This record gives sequence, C-alpha cells and structure tokens, in this order.
Amino acid sequence: MTALLEHPGYEEQRLRSSAEKLPSRELQAGMLLSLMGQPQQYSYPSVFIYGHRASGKSHVMQVLLKELELPHATVSCVECVSVVLLFEQVLLSFFGCDVASLLPRSPSLSDFVRIYRQQCSQTPAKQTRYIVMEKAELLRDTDANLLPALLRLQELVEDNVTVILLSEIVWDKFRPNTGCFEPLLLHFPDYSKAELQQILSQDRHPSYSAEFYSSYINILLGVFYSVCRDLRELRHLAALNFSKFCEPLAEGKVKETDTHKLWRNIEPHLKKAMQTVYLREVSSLQWEQMQQMEEKESGALRGLSAHTHVELPYYSKFLLIAAYLASYNPARTDKRFFLKHHGKIRKTNFLKKNEKTSNHLLGPKPFPLDRLLAIFYSVVDSRVAPTASIFSQISSLVTLQLLTQVSHDDQLDAPKYKCAVSMDFICAISRTVSFDIVKYLYDFL
Amino acid sequence: MSTSSVSKGCFVFKPSAKKKKTHKKDSLEDYFSHGCEGADNSEVRFKLCQDLWDQIKTDTEVLQDELNRKILDSLLDFTRKCSSTRQHSDWASQMRASEIPTAALVLGVNVPDHDMTFQSLSELLQQSVSPHVASVQAKECGALKHLMKRVLERLMGTVVTVDDEEEEEAEQIQLHKSVHCSLNTLCDWYNTKTKKSNTVSPGKKRSSPVRDDPQQPPVVVIFKDFEAFNPKVLQDFILICSRYIERLPLMFIFGIATSPSTIQHMLPHSVSSLLCIELFQSLSCTQHLATVIDKLILTPHFPFKLNGKVMQVLISIFLYHDFSVRNFIKGVQLALLEHFHSQPLSALCCKKKEALLNVMQLSNSHLERIRHLPSFKRYVEKQEPQEQGNLLTDDAHLKDVCQNLIKDLRKYHKNYYPVLRCLHTLTSSLPRYPLGKQVRELHLICLEKNVWENEDYQTAMKLLKMLAKDELIALLQRCMETLEPVKSKKMKSALVQLKDLLAKLKQLDTVAAETLPCPEDCITSPVKNLQKKTDLFQLQKTLLEMNESRRAKKLSPFEVLRNEALEFMDGLVKSHLSPPETQTLYEVCYYTSSATVRRHLNATPRTSIQAALSSPYYYLQNESLKTEDGTVSNAAPDICIAYKLHLECGRLINLYDWLEAYATVVSAAEGNHPDSEHFGKVEEVKHARFIRSVSELEFLGFIKSTKQKTDHVARLTWGGC
Repeated sequence: MTALLEHPGYEEQRLRSSAEKLPSRELQAGMLLSLMGQPQQYSYPSVFIYGHRASGKSHVMQVLLKELELPHATVSCVECVSVVLLFEQVLLSFFGCDVASLLPRSPSLSDFVRIYRQQCSQTPAKQTRYIVMEKAELLRDTDANLLPALLRLQELVEDNVTVILLSEIVWDKFRPNTGCFEPLLLHFPDYSKAELQQILSQDRHPSYSAEFYSSYINILLGVFYSVCRDLRELRHLAALNFSKFCEPLAEGKVKETDTHKLWRNIEPHLKKAMQTVYLREVSSLQWEQMQQMEEKESGALRGLSAHTHVELPYYSKFLLIAAYLASYNPARTDKRFFLKHHGKIRKTNFLKKNEKTSNHLLGPKPFPLDRLLAIFYSVVDSRVAPTASIFSQISSLVTLQLLTQVSHDDQLDAPKYKCAVSMDFICAISRTVSFDIVKYLYDFL
Repeated sequence: MSTSSVSKGCFVFKPSAKKKKTHKKDSLEDYFSHGCEGADNSEVRFKLCQDLWDQIKTDTEVLQDELNRKILDSLLDFTRKCSSTRQHSDWASQMRASEIPTAALVLGVNVPDHDMTFQSLSELLQQSVSPHVASVQAKECGALKHLMKRVLERLMGTVVTVDDEEEEEAEQIQLHKSVHCSLNTLCDWYNTKTKKSNTVSPGKKRSSPVRDDPQQPPVVVIFKDFEAFNPKVLQDFILICSRYIERLPLMFIFGIATSPSTIQHMLPHSVSSLLCIELFQSLSCTQHLATVIDKLILTPHFPFKLNGKVMQVLISIFLYHDFSVRNFIKGVQLALLEHFHSQPLSALCCKKKEALLNVMQLSNSHLERIRHLPSFKRYVEKQEPQEQGNLLTDDAHLKDVCQNLIKDLRKYHKNYYPVLRCLHTLTSSLPRYPLGKQVRELHLICLEKNVWENEDYQTAMKLLKMLAKDELIALLQRCMETLEPVKSKKMKSALVQLKDLLAKLKQLDTVAAETLPCPEDCITSPVKNLQKKTDLFQLQKTLLEMNESRRAKKLSPFEVLRNEALEFMDGLVKSHLSPPETQTLYEVCYYTSSATVRRHLNATPRTSIQAALSSPYYYLQNESLKTEDGTVSNAAPDICIAYKLHLECGRLINLYDWLEAYATVVSAAEGNHPDSEHFGKVEEVKHARFIRSVSELEFLGFIKSTKQKTDHVARLTWGGC
C-alpha cells in the first residue's frame, strides 16, 4: 500500500518498517534518505526542514534515525535556557557522559568545538552523526554566532556530522545580517484531508472493527476539519468523543453499519465539543465527566471565559475608571469633561477632524500618573486623602494586569500607564459604583 | 570583621540569625513598657495583650482553614484523581494527548491574603498527596532560567532542609545542581527518589492512609501569582514540562487573582492545549470578612472591643482600599496593642475571674484614674450623696463596686450580641435593608447611638408590622435559635417568652376558625352614606371618617399577636442594645482612638511632608520653633523657610526674588539689625544654603525647572498661604 523507501547502504527490513510508520510522508522521507546518502558517506552539512505544527517533521526524523540506528542527538531548543545544555546534550549522546563533564563552567562555542574535535579524533565517526534541533527558531535569540556556526559545524569540527534544523518558520526569517552558510531547505506540506483520515484511522480501538472506526473519523473530520488541521489535536478529540459515539451501540439501539443514525447521535455532541474542549474552555477531564452526566446537569458547567467578573475595592474601581478615561479620551478634552465651569465649547469646534476616527479602534494611549490622579479625584464622589494606599492600589492594578506600565520600571519620575481592560469590563465595573462612564467618553459624545 | 577583598569598598555584614533571635526576645517586653502609660502594671498588661493576640491569631487561622477547607478538599481530590488516572492504560487515555493537569485557583484580588491559603494548601498536599511540592512567585522568576532553578531547588531541597545545620548542605547541593538545571536532572532525581521509597520500608513513609499511590506521587508546582508572571517564561516552561510529562507526573496550580480568562490572555492555544485546566473558585473576601467579624468581634468571648469609629476605619480600609482580611486582622492587632499600651486600666480587660482578681490588686493611682473616668463620674452622680462620698474616698469600697461594675459590663456584652443578631435576622430580609444587609452595619449603628431613636429603625419596625404570618413565624423561629445557646438569665427568660409567642402564633389557625365572623357593618354604613351626599365638603368629611374607622378597626388576632411580638422585640432592643458609652467602666474594654489607627494604617506621605515643612515643631519638638498657626519661625530649617516663601508665589517663581526674600528672613534669624549694613545681603554661605534647600524641594517634588522663562522654576503644587 505504501511506496517502499529504497536506498543502498541500509537494510531493506529496516527501511520497510520505517516506511510503515510514516504514512503520507514517503516522499519527504525518501528525499531525506537520498540527502543523507549511505551511512558512511559524508552528508550535506546542514538541512533545514520547515512545515506547520504537527506535519510530521520530528516524527519522520525520529523514525528514520531510530529505525536505521544512526548515531544522533536530538535537542529541543526551548529547553536550552543556556547554550551549556545544548552542548552538553550533544556531547552526551555522541561520546558519553564523561565527556559532557569536560565542559568548563560557562563554555563558549569554541570550547565546545575544541572538545568535540578532541573526542572525534579519538573516536572518528564511522557513520554520519546527526544533530536534530527542534524548534530551531529559538536559536535566533541566542548568541549571534551560534546559528552560523551550527550550519557549518561539519567544517569546524572536521567530522562527518550533519545538523538538521526543524522549524515552523521559513528560512528567510532566519538568515542573519552577516550572511551565513545556506542549508538545504526541505518543506513538509500539511496533510490533506484524505491523509489525515488515513493516519487517524490507524489508531483504531482494539474492540471495534477498522471500518467502524474509520467511519467515525470521517464524521469527526467533517465537523472539525474546517477549524483544525492539527493532527495531534484531532487525535485527542477523537479519543475524547469516541465513547459517546459508541454509546448507542453499547445500548444495542443501532448496528455498526448504520452510519446515518450514528451520525445523528454524535453530530450535536461534536459541535458542542468544538466550542468547549477544543478551545480548552473546559478541560478534557471535565468533558469526560460531562459525557457521563445527563444533558441538563451539564449546563451548569461554565467555561473559563465565562468568568470575567472581578471584584475590586471601591477606590480601585474608580482608579480603573479614571485610567480608562485617560486612555481613551484625548488629553485636551479633559477640561470639558471634568471642569465644572468649562464654558460653552461648541461641539463642532470641539470635534477635530482627524479625531473623528474612534479612539476605541486605535486602542489605549499612554497617560502620565498626574493625569490619572487628577481624573480620579474629579470622578470619585467623596473627598479622598492622597494616602499611600491609593498609590499602592495603582501598582497592584499593574500586577493584576488591569493597567500596564508603559515607561520603564526604573523611571520613578512621572511614570506612564495604559489601561488594559475592555469596554465591557469597564462598563460592568462602573455599573457597580453607579457611574455612567459612557457620558464621559469622547467617542460616544 | 574582615574581608578577603583587596579593593576598597563598602561591605555589608548581616548579623547572624541566632544573634537576631536572642536580641529580639528580651526586647519585646521592653519595647512595650517603654513610654507606656502607668508603667507599674505594664507586665500584667503585656501578658494579657500577648495572650489575647495569640488567641486571636490561632482563632483566625482555624477560621481560615475552615473556610478554605471546601475548596482545598476539592483541589486535593483533583490532584489525587489526576495522579491516579495517569496510570490507566486503556485505549482512550493512550490516544489522548497527554495534558498536564492544572488547577486554576481563583482567589480574588486580595493578594496579601493568598500567602496563608497557599501555605496551608502546600502543607495539605505534602501530607496527603505528594511530598514533592514547589511553589514559586513571579518576582523571583524573571527569566526561564531562574524559574527552572527555583523549581528544582524547591523540589529537591525540601527533603533536605530540616535543621539549620543541614541547610548549608542543601545549599551546596543546590549550587552543584544549578550548573545544569534541566528537567532531565529532575527526572533522574525523581526516579531515584521513587525507587528508594519503594524499596526502603514502604510502611514508614506511608503515614497517612489517604495516600493512594505511593509509587508515583505527582510533582506539584504552584504558581502563586499567575498574573505577574512573564507570559513568555511561563509558555516556555509549560512547553518544556510537556516534553517530560511521560516520565515525570507533573501538575500545576495557578493562583489567579482576577478572573480565569487571564489564562487565555496569557497562554496561546498551542500552549493551553497542553494543559488540562480545571477551575476552583474560592470564597469571596467580603464573605471571609463577615465570618471573621462574626467570630472575632461579635462575640462576648473576647474582652477587648473596638468602638464604632475604630471599626468604621478598619472596615472602610477593607472596603475602599485593599479587600485584605489579613490587613484587617493586623489592624485589630494594632488597636489591641495600642489599647494595652496607652490605657493603664486595660489590666481589667480580660476574663472575668482574672479581672476580678486584678481589681483587688489595683494601686492607688489606678483607683484615682477610675475616679476620673467620665463614665464613672456619671455613675457617681447618680448615687446617693453618702454613697458618692464613699466612692470617692474609700478605696476598699471602690474596689468592691468596681467588681460589680465589671460583672455588669460582662452581662451587658452577654446580652448585647444575641439581641443584636436577633434584630439582624428580623431586619436583614426587609426590602431595601433599612438597617443594613450585614450584621456589621447594624453593629456600627448600635455602637453609634441608641438604635431605637434611629429613623431607619422606625421604618424597619413599620415594615415588620406588615409581615405575613408564615414569614414572621420563620423569622421568630430563627431568633429563637440564636437565643437558645445563650446562658444569661435575661436571655433565658426572653427565650421562654418568645417560645410562648410562637406557640400562640401557631395555634392561631385553630382559633381563627372560631372567631371568623367579622364586623363588616361598620365599614359598609359610611359607604351607604356616601351615595346620598354629593357635597364636596361632606365627601371629604366622610372619607376622613372612613379612614379613621378603618384605622380604629378591630385588629384580627394575628395582628394583635404580631404587635405583641414586635413590641417584645422592641423591648429587648431597648433594654440591651444601648451603645457601650452608656455603660460604666466601658473605657476598660473599648479602644476609641480612631485617629491613631488611621494614621498608622492609612499613611499619608504627602500630608506629613507638608506638615513637616509648614510646622517643623510638630516633628522636631524644639521650643524655639513653636509659632502660631500658619507662620514659620525664622529659626526653622532652611528648607522650611524656602517652602514657606515659595507658597507665596504663583505658578512660576523667580529664583532671584526668592533668594532675596530668603536672605532677608535668615538675616533676621541671625539677629542682624534691620538697619545694619549686612542685613539681607546675599553672601556665599547663604547662597549655598538656599541652593541646597531649593534642590531639596525639587527632590520632594514641589518645584521643577522650566524652559518657559530663564531664572524661573515652576511650582508643582496648588494652593498657598
């Protein structure tokens, strides 16, 4: 059923078993194999593989390297909080843990190269060694010399080594200013619907027939394919909802072949799943519990985003309202809103042409602390002493991420803030203190 | 002390922990008795104060535990469930993407209170679920590296850090580990750990029977303040952890202050899909405060009381500023300390037996103080002339009387709180809450003045007179329940009366059937008259008559009973809910200085700076600085003079004019004669002093330099002399 991988220098048995594990990725695997050449041959110094999430990049690499028993080191760049970890893992998997401890306390790239050369002169590579770097886009944030050096590591260490970079981003976004060795580019396209169907049908439930599971996957893809093509996520959803799909079967109401009835049973359920589990509004554990419960009870369970209400102290509410007003009103209109005798300002004069565009569309603007306090004192209905706790409330609003500090932390003199809450949120807040915020907003004048 | 450093510099030598401790212990009491009023019985008061505080502390901790129990229990269930489902090997769980179980714990915005919750949470987790618990705070994890390091340290260190001696050892291990701190190391550590506990005496470690899975206890990481974390750091950490979830049974707890939707704001779908998030909502802080007040303030068990104003200050700080119950309790602690520190008679503020004993040990000076108490004076005035003389001269007699008065005060408290609760049960369900929704509001009203003279009380009573029968019965039933456990004599007799009333009300149904015939004719007759007469004046008259007659209408038996019941409640209120100021010797128990509390808890930095600048005597206490209101003596510090002069200027201040004025004032202070040659001359020293004070004012934020005019500075504050 699958085209066999063929390449001289590898055992046929192994090639076949790896081909079986790589459905719909034969083309890419074959390409990789031909790039790699025979085990003892030198390979291209660096290969760059890109493709969307869950398009099989790491999977193909893992299967090939494991099945063909090639020496390799797999490193995830997220994990490498410092380069030490990267170097350590590479040395560890090629030369054993004794060598890894040879690294000095904070090693530089040249330390790594030195130790590598030292070691490979003792144990030269009989087969090509592979270094697989997952999430390679993070390499851009490390030292500027790391990425160019990795790309031509073969030259630097004078060993038969190939670096394979895996990323979700195209190579163009990687290229450093100073230029570097260009790796070979290899694209992994997304799986098509048929391919997804084929892959997902493979992990069938042991107690049901393959056709039955396949029809289930068909229904599942019909609902979810338009929103999600992530294989991992789809597999997760398939596992979660399968028990519900089998329910009428277990009750003996329908036969395995009666797909239409099964579809009618599962379809609303899957739609609901799309709104809740897929968005992680409810956890998968809760979803499973909901399935066991009756329909009416499950209505009580609310998703994460349903809880938006925040209880705040009285003055914090007013500080937040003042911050919102300062963020969304132009500073020159403060006089009109907050001065008792502001005189008659004609509305036509008052509205400037370029300000006709809604401030709410432009997003919050930064404002200085003085302005926040001035507005605060005019909107709060009682006399408030400027106590330390008023000021500390501002900083606690910042830690709660309801305000954001725009200026740097170190700037003690006239710090600037932005209001980070939505219109709905502030309306709800001002309703609790019976403050009509819409009356004070320039956009709604 | 010496250092091995060659270079010059400034070195900090922190005193060792041991030294600090011993130093602190003996000075605590010294601090208390230092400058305390009537120092001769300060020891007694200190002890009383400490006992009371210890009691308050343990009580509030117990209370907090009780309140948190429900949410913590469900959280523990969740962790247990997660760690047990992990081992399932059926088809569905194999196919499922392995998510990290995550509990989102919504705790409310009162961040200072969370510490205690997390403390008890991690203790509980350690006891019953897993020994591997690490909690991290945002401020110590600025970068991913630090977060990793903290988590590893806490997890691996918890086993070692027990005593002071072992601490160093642990530190060494941690240092060694931090060279390569990756989750890989943690995995290895975890494997050896679990293997060890499996082989070495499984019975020893399994102290609690609840631990269902000793082989694979989960590794719990608690993020105390989720919002404050750097989103990038958190995302990376979760990504890394998800790579190890197969080998390491990890579990997260997010402490969320605002709302759960922040999770979605901070984590993109690619990350949140790695988590299996379940939500836990804790009790709101207002409810928490209500329980604390209920257990701590509205009870006769604590002899120490706060008066209305102090309560008001503490509650308004809570409602307006921070929502923090912990700070509220700290406020109570402050009041407690201040009371025992400043009121010598507070030695009587304790349990009955002790108080009676302490009365006998009062010295002459203290008895004199009692005689000067306003409440005692009022009491004396009411007595017979001979008794008055006795009270003012005979110490032994005074002591006897005091004992009785203390007993009376206790009785007052014993009756006050049950009646307060009864009144609250009656009024809390009325429309628009004339006497407040919460007991604490009613309590504040009662502390203020006689509650029955309050207008709201009258309206509440009117509303109560319209209650339907079943409502009234339910309310009275609840009142009865609150009165039942009270042991005082008066309350017992009240309870008997109330039971009587209730029985009558319940019997009404059977009695009502017999007295059904209603005197209808008295209403119908004027209506008939109405039809005959058409004169407007007559109409008005008849209508008024009708109204009168309706009012005078004979009451139904239920109405009679209802009035009776309400009159009974009214009587209870009038005899027991009088404000504490009317009680003799109330000063012993009540702390009254609300200004002190406010000053300490709600600091006003700007006001105090201004006070310091405008009246330096207030802080410096130097006689020569004493002046009348609004003026500053010319001997005041330079900055005060400069400040005073700058108040007289407009928005822009000419520096040279300011300097001249300053020089004149300072010359006068030096005693130069106004006519002499040097008077008001600017010499170098004065110039320098002036510049220094101006730059100090700039530092304090009163002025700043401006580009509008040369030689000018801008004023940043409004108002002046």
